[in-house]
Amino acid sequence: MGKFKLITKGLVKENPTFVLLLGMCPTLATTTSAMNGMGMGLATMFVLVLSNMVISATAPYIPDKVRIPSYIVIIAAFVTILQFIMQAYTPAMYETLGLFIPLIVVNCIVLGRAEAFANKNSVIDSACDGIGIGLGFTMSLTILGLVREILGSGSAFGFKFIEGDGIIAFVLAPGAFLALAYLIVIFRKITKIE
Amino acid sequence: MEYLIIIISAIFVNNILLAQFLGCCPFLGVSNKLSTAVGMSGAVCFVITLSTLVTYLLQYYVLVPLHIEFMQTITFILVIAALVQMVEIILKKISPSLYQALGIFLPLITTNCAVLGIALIVVTKEFTFGGEPHMLNLAESVVYAFASSLGFGLAMILFAGLREQIALNKVPKPFRGIPIALVTASILAMAFMGFSGMV
Repeated sequence: MGKFKLITKGLVKENPTFVLLLGMCPTLATTTSAMNGMGMGLATMFVLVLSNMVISATAPYIPDKVRIPSYIVIIAAFVTILQFIMQAYTPAMYETLGLFIPLIVVNCIVLGRAEAFANKNSVIDSACDGIGIGLGFTMSLTILGLVREILGSGSAFGFKFIEGDGIIAFVLAPGAFLALAYLIVIFRKITKIE
Repeated sequence: MEYLIIIISAIFVNNILLAQFLGCCPFLGVSNKLSTAVGMSGAVCFVITLSTLVTYLLQYYVLVPLHIEFMQTITFILVIAALVQMVEIILKKISPSLYQALGIFLPLITTNCAVLGIALIVVTKEFTFGGEPHMLNLAESVVYAFASSLGFGLAMILFAGLREQIALNKVPKPFRGIPIALVTASILAMAFMGFSGMV
């Protein structure tokens, strides 16, 4: 498979949120606004690309029996690095996303890609796969965040264009489930992927 | 009184699934049947309570004295993974019937974010009782973890019951599977919003 195809398949055909339905916890919890969704997506992408590369490079040396714990340690190491970087350069975003940054460790997307792709492909291909899936995840989180932000607080990326409060339920828990449900339905209708 | 507030707040007001979105994968994944939902809730309840106890002790007696709090994420996930393995082995030996009931769910729990989530919440988040913020002590942490997992079980079992009913209905094609489950979850979350402001 070409590198370009590896990167683009995550956007539509293997979109982690709308098609594979992986990583639901951060998807639902952090998309209260478009910015937050995008931040979470990029943070996950950072960990995904780097852990994919390291796992692909070390896979031949890791015994099969202990591979899952080894992957978890590698992922956890990158999450810790990410925590340091975010604390230093984007402290506000780190505050908002809070608990869900350390929880990238148990995000099924990251471990899923390690097991399904990185451990049997080359380092470069694994990096492309990480970028592709990461972009797909970022895109869907940003869209979900945008929808919730527009309906919930009448603004987009922080710019307020509707006076007043909006439908507050969309910023809260019920709106997260509802917005995601309808986005999946629309996505299925447009792309005809079941 | 404080314990009662913790319990009610963890089960109803800040329900781990419907208000905090921790553990959504099993919530959507294994809630097709009531019996599997009960099994999963039991296993989660067991593991969350135990792992919170262990990670709390680890945080305050190992990580903090050594000033390596940044190792939190790695340590906690490893401890949880090891613990789940150990629980599985012990359960197999001493209570085969319980192992039969919970067995297949135990390996799935390592990557359930509710477990790591609760372990991290009790050592990082400040709780407010009677206007004074304070960190949870050991007993409060364990009670909070246990109550949270009861909240997980409650939401899980309610949701599985609803999904069993929905499976019998005719659902429009694009809504089949996860979307209609998400709409159901949304209505359930709305019902739980009625508890907000109670504590």
